[in-house]
Amino acid sequence: MFRFFFLLLPVFFFVFMSFEAVNAKPKTFIYCSEGSPSNFNPQLTSDGPSFNASSRMIYNRLVDFKSGGTEIIPSLASSWKISDNGLEYTFHLRTDVPFQKTDIFNPQRNFNADDVIWTFHRMLKSDHPYHEVGGGRYEYFKSMEMDQIIKEIVKINDSTVKFILKHPEAPFLADMAMDSMSILSAEYANQLLKTKTPGKIDTNPVGTGPFVFKRYQKDSFIKYEAHDQYFMGRPQLDQVVFSITQDPSVRLQKLKTGECHLIAEPSPTDLPGIKNNSQLRLVEGPGLNVGYIAMNTEKKPFDNPLVRKAFNHALNRDAYIKTIYLGNAQKAINPLPPSIWAYSKNIQDYSYDPELARKLLHQAGIREGLSVELWTLPVSRPYLPSGKKLGEMIQSDLAQIGVKVTLVTYDWPTYLAQSRKGAHQLIELGWTGDNGDPDNFLSVLLSCAAIKAGSNVARWCSTPFGQWIEKAKKVSDQKKRTYFYFEAQKIFKQEAPWVTLAHATVYRALRKEVKGYQLSPFGTENFYNVDLDQRENNKNP
Amino acid sequence: MIRFLIQRLILAFPTLLGVSLLSFFMIRWVPGDPVMILLGERGSSPAVYAEMRHKLGLDQSLGQQFLLYIKKVMQGDLGVSISTQQPVLREFWDRFPATVELGLASLLFALVGGTLIGVAAAVFRHSPGDYLLMGASLIGYSMPIFWWGLILILFFSVQLGWTPVSGRMGVMYDVPTLTGFLLIDVWFDGEGGEKFRSVISHLMLPCIALGTIPLAAIARMTRSSILEVLGEDYIRTARAKGLSYSKVVFKHGFKNALIPIITMVGLMASSVLTGAILTETIFSWPGIGKWLVGAIQSRDYPVIQGGVLLVAIVVIVVNIAVDGICRWVNPLFREGR
Repeated sequence: MFRFFFLLLPVFFFVFMSFEAVNAKPKTFIYCSEGSPSNFNPQLTSDGPSFNASSRMIYNRLVDFKSGGTEIIPSLASSWKISDNGLEYTFHLRTDVPFQKTDIFNPQRNFNADDVIWTFHRMLKSDHPYHEVGGGRYEYFKSMEMDQIIKEIVKINDSTVKFILKHPEAPFLADMAMDSMSILSAEYANQLLKTKTPGKIDTNPVGTGPFVFKRYQKDSFIKYEAHDQYFMGRPQLDQVVFSITQDPSVRLQKLKTGECHLIAEPSPTDLPGIKNNSQLRLVEGPGLNVGYIAMNTEKKPFDNPLVRKAFNHALNRDAYIKTIYLGNAQKAINPLPPSIWAYSKNIQDYSYDPELARKLLHQAGIREGLSVELWTLPVSRPYLPSGKKLGEMIQSDLAQIGVKVTLVTYDWPTYLAQSRKGAHQLIELGWTGDNGDPDNFLSVLLSCAAIKAGSNVARWCSTPFGQWIEKAKKVSDQKKRTYFYFEAQKIFKQEAPWVTLAHATVYRALRKEVKGYQLSPFGTENFYNVDLDQRENNKNP
Repeated sequence: MIRFLIQRLILAFPTLLGVSLLSFFMIRWVPGDPVMILLGERGSSPAVYAEMRHKLGLDQSLGQQFLLYIKKVMQGDLGVSISTQQPVLREFWDRFPATVELGLASLLFALVGGTLIGVAAAVFRHSPGDYLLMGASLIGYSMPIFWWGLILILFFSVQLGWTPVSGRMGVMYDVPTLTGFLLIDVWFDGEGGEKFRSVISHLMLPCIALGTIPLAAIARMTRSSILEVLGEDYIRTARAKGLSYSKVVFKHGFKNALIPIITMVGLMASSVLTGAILTETIFSWPGIGKWLVGAIQSRDYPVIQGGVLLVAIVVIVVNIAVDGICRWVNPLFREGR
């Protein structure tokens, strides 16, 4: 009798607690995100989960990227004018934009120039009452050196502001569309100062965007509701929930059971399974990224361009794209991805030719027995899914030309810290663009100044290359800029500080009932245009 | 009893100092600092980097930083998280109930399941059923949580659709935080039954994943402990008096076999805290395990230091409580007797 009871106990328990339905009456869209946001103010953060939870959900910027692209479109500013010397940017603001109403804030006025000034002064001026609130680091703003670019912001009238720059900066307009440039409410800030709770500005956000923040349960979920008065029109969804799910395979299982509609970063090995599942859909698009192997040009033997060229010829990149990226990438020729307007199509790529590579090594005076160290990427990043596997393939390719490769890796923070100091010889790394401007790739990754900043891991400093990108920064005429960047890309290819690997496709997995989702090349999320097909939705468990 | 408590509390202080010292210096010896991670692949000019380090007080010498930290801890201030800018203590309390809820539930599961299996195996010793149960518990004991958790999800959630995959409660419900224990909080805001069911169904899989190892350990311990007791003279006496077999087993046998089982549960209570780190990550359970792992990955120094210290305090308190219970259950353990 005992035994029978033991056997029945768990079965009884499960049957009693049978699974609950996911369908709720309002149109609720559930996004399984990969991590917790650190706060809800994009000024203060630099990580993807925080940006996704705040900037495109709750806020707008003066200008925005067109949904699913890198084109700059009007947003809170309806139009703008750039002075001929490239030093003054005048923005004409919309006057019909209301801020969100929340439990603790009821806006009395629409968005105006004061909000713009307040937002930027918080980050720029150390005597601003809010400068130190939330730690005062503004790491994104500062690392983009915006405080070195903006000289002054002047309010012309309630609906006009003028940004005066210290020097001409062609990417400035694209910069203004970045997440960190989201506009906050000055009225809300003043109210919080009066109640002596300024910290709430970053935890109980108020913006002009399509969704209103409702509640955040730490490490668990974030809830938003539609902003009825959104100036571009109310979103079709009534509610958006971010269900924070760290493990990628668990995220996929939740998608399958219908516990979420869209998941962040599915792992590449799961893609075939997603494609074959009739309930799911895979969206893919070109990513604004580049994965590369940088050769430390300050260290022997990579100070010699011949060796760098030899390595470029020795690696079979087509095979890497097939095996490592599972075909979900485009072979990289330039440091810029092809979706950027300054991408040069006239660059001759290095062919896969081990014989030629061997010859070049000989020319460089290197006989058999060269051994080098390759650092393999310890984390999966959008631009390179598996660093270790890639390392092994490179190892066998280089063995063919008589080069012995030792694979080395560290945990991510250590990897960054050590590579910044230039401790490596060969290193796998990559980059996802911030604003779609070519400068955001070429300056950040390859300028002489970027060696000190730590982002130029090839530690390659070329004066002619530097001159072209400096010139391109100073004019706003796109034709001229394109020419300058073409020249810079030529020099890059001749000098070959990197082996350019791939521009990885970005993809998201979602359920069939999700309509209108557009993938952003930046890899950030925007759910304004998303809708749920309730008919399909009702068929689900 | 009071003397025992005081003794143990005094002994706790050097332990806590050691824990603080270790966590403080070890995380700083590892290369890579929080600013580096905030900046990611981007990097920054040395001036910006230095300014950010200064803002976090990382430009002072290690000794100075440690003294300042200890001084603040003495005043009950564990500092502010680098990534969220919230006080570490508050961040801890926001997550601690979730871990306790999961830990207690899986301990309860392990205790009830483990003793039942153990008693059953002892009663039917050397039968095929006994071998089956003990074999299964050996497998259960050696099951890695991260793998077992995924198997549970694949079977119960994806194949059968009986339980949700992860989380603490269905996302359409909203429960105001009162105690932090969802099993209690759901009753304050209407629709209690519905929400309670949702919470329980979310709790089941992580509870099984985390409770399996302690369950297996307790089952094996219970079996051997009862077998030992059943061989005692007083059992034979009880049987000779004509008491029924089940009465002998449960009244005389089980009660006396309880001491090693309680000790085992006490030991398991600490290991459940460790297992919670893995379980919470798999089941997206918003507890302190997941929080600490995240902090280590982002080198959030104040969270790591404060979190480790608080966990150490919890472990010490649990150990003292277990020892106390053992004394209370078995008078022989009490001093002076």
